[in-house]
Amino acid sequence: MSIIVKNISKSYKQVKALDNISLEVPSGELFGLIGPDGAGKTTLFRILTTLLLPNEGTASVTGYDIVKDYKSIRNTVGYMPGRFSLYQDLTVEENLRFFATIFGTTIEENYDLIRDIYVQIEPFKNRRAGRLSGGMKQKLALSCALIHKPKVLFLDEPTTGVDPVSRKEFWEMLKRLQEQQITIFVSTPYMDEAALCDNIALITNGKILRIDTPEGIKASFPHKIYKVKSTKTFKLIQDLGAYEQTHSAYPFGEYIHFTPNTTAFRTQDLTHFLKENHHTNIEVFETGPTIEDTFMELSD
Amino acid sequence: MNTKNAIQVENLTKTFGAFTAVNNISFHVGKGEVFGFLGANGAGKTTAMKMLIGILKPSSGNALVANFDIATQADSVKKSIGYMSQRFSLYNDLTIKENITFFGGIYGLNKADIKTKTHALIDDLGLHDEANKLVGALPLGWKQKVAFSVSLLHDPQIIFLDEPTGGVDPITRRQFWEMIYREADKGKTIFVTTHYMDEAEYCNRVSIMVEGKIEALDTPKNLKTTYNADSMDQVFLKLARNLA
Repeated sequence: MSIIVKNISKSYKQVKALDNISLEVPSGELFGLIGPDGAGKTTLFRILTTLLLPNEGTASVTGYDIVKDYKSIRNTVGYMPGRFSLYQDLTVEENLRFFATIFGTTIEENYDLIRDIYVQIEPFKNRRAGRLSGGMKQKLALSCALIHKPKVLFLDEPTTGVDPVSRKEFWEMLKRLQEQQITIFVSTPYMDEAALCDNIALITNGKILRIDTPEGIKASFPHKIYKVKSTKTFKLIQDLGAYEQTHSAYPFGEYIHFTPNTTAFRTQDLTHFLKENHHTNIEVFETGPTIEDTFMELSD
Repeated sequence: MNTKNAIQVENLTKTFGAFTAVNNISFHVGKGEVFGFLGANGAGKTTAMKMLIGILKPSSGNALVANFDIATQADSVKKSIGYMSQRFSLYNDLTIKENITFFGGIYGLNKADIKTKTHALIDDLGLHDEANKLVGALPLGWKQKVAFSVSLLHDPQIIFLDEPTGGVDPITRRQFWEMIYREADKGKTIFVTTHYMDEAEYCNRVSIMVEGKIEALDTPKNLKTTYNADSMDQVFLKLARNLA
């Protein structure tokens, strides 16, 4: 196991940021911690990277204890915090050289590992980091987190605020890094990114809701799920809320995801109910659950 | 121009020196429509939106927002719109009540109106226990719901939302979109910029900006058909970089 977390809890005054969290990440896995802002993701990152002590529980990273062996962990892991934390007034190349030097290595020694990523920003190597675009900052931060060839890479919300093109490129980079036997522990509030991980933990309010593969998470959804649409979206939400066979009804893009509270549910009954309530262009059809459906079902 | 539209944009252009940030864009947004305004980082979204909310003058072209000309009637534009962004929306070190009073004052509401609206807003959101708490202590999702309600205080015809639900938990996010649909149902127009494609799927129509131009504009469903894609994410990738 690359990362082992056992019964970790952490409170800030009255607020319980992490409540008895346990998880394990095998070596070489791409593991996703998926949850909204305030779920406790960053607190767990800070504990695992030895920047914060837990109130209870134990954890180890590549066999090192997060409390006793904190110095060894710091030499073994790469950490890219959520907030851009490179030196804004150093250039791209100066930042990279600085981080290499701190870890007692050189850019040249580990260039192979970062080449794919760094070539994309190398044309701007003399530009100050503060003047880079969001996508370029993200690539530089990843290069700096990798330059000492870490065994485990911690990425706290690397794609927040980044456009879809850069997000896609970023996940492709992670997949290639994984081939180099680096364990990657990544967090995101975006459920669609969860599908790209080997295993994911759904986290909210400091508690882990479930750990499984993305497919397993979807398959665990306990109801049939239907997409429903009519011309009047707002009225549709309200009417579904009042419908006697509704377990849940949540907007999902242009459709409402509707789950019935009985296995005897028939789509024609719902269509009939909506017609009686003066809806037009009614669509009702069965669909498969997404990770977000499961997340909501579990956190409800 | 068609006065049935909440927003009518004709050949709008903005240049900064030799750089054309917004390149001759034209589109309209109907009253009561939920319109998504998408684009990659640096595509020109923010520049275009700044012009539409009356804080940046266009280099050429024109636009009517709530039937006011953005170049010559910018003050009237500002009074007719609400604005909410993920980055800045409320003062963290004021309470919910204080924020409402403050923004009510900014929007020119009188004391009696502010009092009525404060009660209504707090009732609506069920925030009686939190009304005197600092906004900074609220979970992000609640903050965003309060911010949206505050942007409606002066009864604007059009509400501009800049990435309204980024990072918000999935259930609160749905409640937020229900509030948006409620306002659209009342005839308010909603203009949303985002680069999260699942947010785009909630819109009646979306436009996608690439390098200063609007490259596509249609319903999410039609865009997916046109670009032979399963999701808006794929549509976006195909347009923005011929990927996917």
